[in-house]
Amino acid sequence: MSRQPYTAGQYQHLVSRVTPSSRMLVGYVRAFWVGGAICALGQLISAWAETLKLGEVTNPMFTTSVLILIGTTLTGLGVYDRIGKYAGAGSAIPVTGFANSVAAPAIEFQREGAITGVGARLFTLAGPVLAYGIASSVLVGVIYWALRGWLL
Amino acid sequence: METIMPFLKAFVVGGLICCVGQALIMNTKLTNARILVLFVVSGVFLTALGLYKPLVDFAGAGATVPLTGFGYSLAMGAIEGVNRYGLIGAFVGGVTRTAAGITAAVVFGLINALLFKPHMKT
Repeated sequence: MSRQPYTAGQYQHLVSRVTPSSRMLVGYVRAFWVGGAICALGQLISAWAETLKLGEVTNPMFTTSVLILIGTTLTGLGVYDRIGKYAGAGSAIPVTGFANSVAAPAIEFQREGAITGVGARLFTLAGPVLAYGIASSVLVGVIYWALRGWLL
Repeated sequence: METIMPFLKAFVVGGLICCVGQALIMNTKLTNARILVLFVVSGVFLTALGLYKPLVDFAGAGATVPLTGFGYSLAMGAIEGVNRYGLIGAFVGGVTRTAAGITAAVVFGLINALLFKPHMKT
């Protein structure tokens, strides 16, 4: 039962077939635990907000704002970029990543001045997110209004 | 156990939503900006179809902290706005409900740019 050893070519082929998938697995694991941890932190802030007697409407507003403060501060300290390199979508998808996308270009383009530098660059990424997010919410609202008129 | 459950749910659901984003990063050529826009818009439409609210009820921050949750707030706001003000409410509700987050991002981003200097890219 002797097994034919791999030729160099076969071995290379095998390596190239196995390596990317394990690298992808690492990517998923990192995104999962960092993204999950940020959401668990959000849950913790929400529990804190409850002890501060914030209501059902104001609690998520408070939670989001605190997470955004954390996100922008870590961006300013240069920490969030490092987390991003490690975690990929795990740090980009939570609202802290949105905060990072607002704060990072504003810092980077400081020397272009307060108006066209900082002021405009705040919206480099937030601009498209807000534009399409708000527009689609208006679309949903209008459709809801129209259907409601028909159904009721 | 009961005190830990909400955090565990937030962790697992939030982590899984981020894995969807990770799959897009690794398997498509979509830029980060496109992925963020896609998540927010998906959140809006999933909420409109009634599919996202159950996830928020189940996972709390696990569903509201990812950017799909921003879309959820926008859509819920627009629907509430219509209930309250009629058609014009569609233009009022979304931003009203997300005002704190948007304002926090702009104000803290601005303060941040005043306090910190750019970091060297390595």
